[in-house]
Amino acid sequence: MYVAVKGGEAAIDNAHALLDHERRGDPSVPELSVAQIREQMTLLVDRVMTEGSLYDPDLAALALKQARGDLIEAVFLVRAFRTTLPRFGTSEPIDTDTMRAIRRVSAIYKDLPGGQVLGPTFDYTHRLIDFALAAEGEPERPAESQAASEVMPHVASLLDGERLIEREPAADPNIPVGDLTREPLDFPAGRDLRLQALARGDEGFVLALGYSTQRGFGRTHPFTGEIRIGDVEIEFVPEELGFAVPLGEMTLTECEMVTQFTGSAAQPPQFTRGYGLAFGRGERKAMAMALVDRALRAREFGEEVAAPAQDEEFVLSHCDNLQATGFVEHLKLPHYVDFQAELELVRRMRAEHEAGGQTDALEAAE
Amino acid sequence: MNEHAQATGYNFAYLDEQTKRMIRRAILKGIAIPGYQVPFASREMPMPYGWGTGGVQVTAAILGPDDVLKVIDQGSDDTTNAVSIRKFFARTAGVATTTKTVEATVIQTRHRVPETALRSDQVLVYQVPIPEPLRYLEPRETETRKLHALGEYGLMHVKLYEDIARHGHVATTYAYPVEVAGRYVMDPSPVPKFDNPKIDDCEALQLFGAGREKRIYAVPPHTKVRSLDFEDHPFRVQTFKDPCALCAAEGVYLDEVVLDDRGGRMFVCSDTDYCEERREAGHRGHLAGDDPLSPVGRGRVAEGDRVREEHKSDSASPSPRPSPHRGEGEEALP
Repeated sequence: MYVAVKGGEAAIDNAHALLDHERRGDPSVPELSVAQIREQMTLLVDRVMTEGSLYDPDLAALALKQARGDLIEAVFLVRAFRTTLPRFGTSEPIDTDTMRAIRRVSAIYKDLPGGQVLGPTFDYTHRLIDFALAAEGEPERPAESQAASEVMPHVASLLDGERLIEREPAADPNIPVGDLTREPLDFPAGRDLRLQALARGDEGFVLALGYSTQRGFGRTHPFTGEIRIGDVEIEFVPEELGFAVPLGEMTLTECEMVTQFTGSAAQPPQFTRGYGLAFGRGERKAMAMALVDRALRAREFGEEVAAPAQDEEFVLSHCDNLQATGFVEHLKLPHYVDFQAELELVRRMRAEHEAGGQTDALEAAE
Repeated sequence: MNEHAQATGYNFAYLDEQTKRMIRRAILKGIAIPGYQVPFASREMPMPYGWGTGGVQVTAAILGPDDVLKVIDQGSDDTTNAVSIRKFFARTAGVATTTKTVEATVIQTRHRVPETALRSDQVLVYQVPIPEPLRYLEPRETETRKLHALGEYGLMHVKLYEDIARHGHVATTYAYPVEVAGRYVMDPSPVPKFDNPKIDDCEALQLFGAGREKRIYAVPPHTKVRSLDFEDHPFRVQTFKDPCALCAAEGVYLDEVVLDDRGGRMFVCSDTDYCEERREAGHRGHLAGDDPLSPVGRGRVAEGDRVREEHKSDSASPSPRPSPHRGEGEEALP
């Protein structure tokens, strides 16, 4: 029977109609609203924004609805939208020192200026399924108090007072920050591009790489200097005004890892930094990113580059889940032309193999 | 901007003009340095990486309102991805589309070069998954760029030599490496090596786009493109013992179609447009019916069944059930 691949057009349209139908599920169950997803699937929305590189909770929630909850598909929708947006400028660097933090923890000091603020966290919960949640009901109101007006200096700046931690180079307005979505990535990539790639990178992939450094594949002896989550203001300088105007606020998660460095001929022993940043509440991602950022700085500190997490080309070429999923899934596209070429080759090689086997047998008989 | 594009809310052919200019600069550089992989700021497209985003961006950058676009995948205009890409440009650019090679001004392709010789007023745009011919020999981009810069292709020659030492012939059947204009070794994309001779001295401009890998390269018209080989082991292409079962074409690339679960096979043109043109011109293969376009033209399952029925009852047909190996033969010099 010869089934030609004709009429693909109608088949595709039908397949997509079926997809829409399946996405809706049982029509007797009320339809999810975008607002429900945005408000109640917040961590998922945050992750779509982070990996989609676009801070827009409503759009991320809509993408999740359209993607039937598939994370990478939602990221895909957001990225394909983002790529068409005009760029009218670059914001001022955000100042996380002024973050209104809802959570701020440090693992290297018991107490510190600004205090330890637990905030909403899964940490220390018992992971027991709460069957009461299956029934709808309002949770108890959390305790409230006046927000502390105390500033929260970064932990690294406390270490900096003693010159125990590397100094970050000051921002140079003459050196524009790279953007790998606008310029092709070139190796070796600067730290700006590495951080951008990691921030957009797949949380699972970055997590596994960070984990691998803890297990000895590029060991960096990390400590969580600080994690902070909260709102920061975005400021922009329009050319015609010449001063910064606020554009709005966004929620960020920032993590700074502090790692040991034994020093080199040029530098005294000191602590070094790994940095992680995610949109919304992305603590796991920010921590993993900070670990990998530090691992990728191996060459900078004259450390041996031996592990995957230290290998810039390996990490940057493979951390993007859209690129990964696209290329893996393209294997379901037809390959019959190439497979035909391989079929022919294998048949010919088998024929030669059999012919060769007979000659061997003849020789043995003689 | 035409009506179609206005209706979609996107710029003509989806990409904004700045992006198109950036891609055109990369294309021009590629044309100036044949076979050299030009890095470009590949955009995120509304189709997945690995599904032709590079080709789509090149096509979007060169497409004008008067162009006639043809899109093929595996030689066919009707494979799902070809349909999808053709619809994309019909929607975002409103350009005329065609399935006929001779009518098209821009042809985007995946894995094949059309059998009909291309003309100087046509552009062939290849979708490329891995643009780096040395990638499987050296995974690092930093290294392979150095090797290209130095023209150091020893790795590739050793690989081909080892194939010959082990198998008696080169064991690469598609994405067979070529040397372009005597300088750069280039991956012709995963076309069967059968198509390599068509890339050489082609009248049409050939552009290659790799979206995920962010590379564009080009073979300008009438450029010498040599498939790598050795004096005592010259490059050979696949040949097929039998002609196309539908249009009786010889010297073309054939797809093997499994007819039943008892080893029955038929071999038909991979280039569906070529096959249809020939059947319209009256050529008949041994399994073709009387209707010029019966099996492929509207060929769904039902027609396929009918072909088999006709074929069974046709006593003049040379062999009721083709043997599994009958379609292929030796390799021949191009």
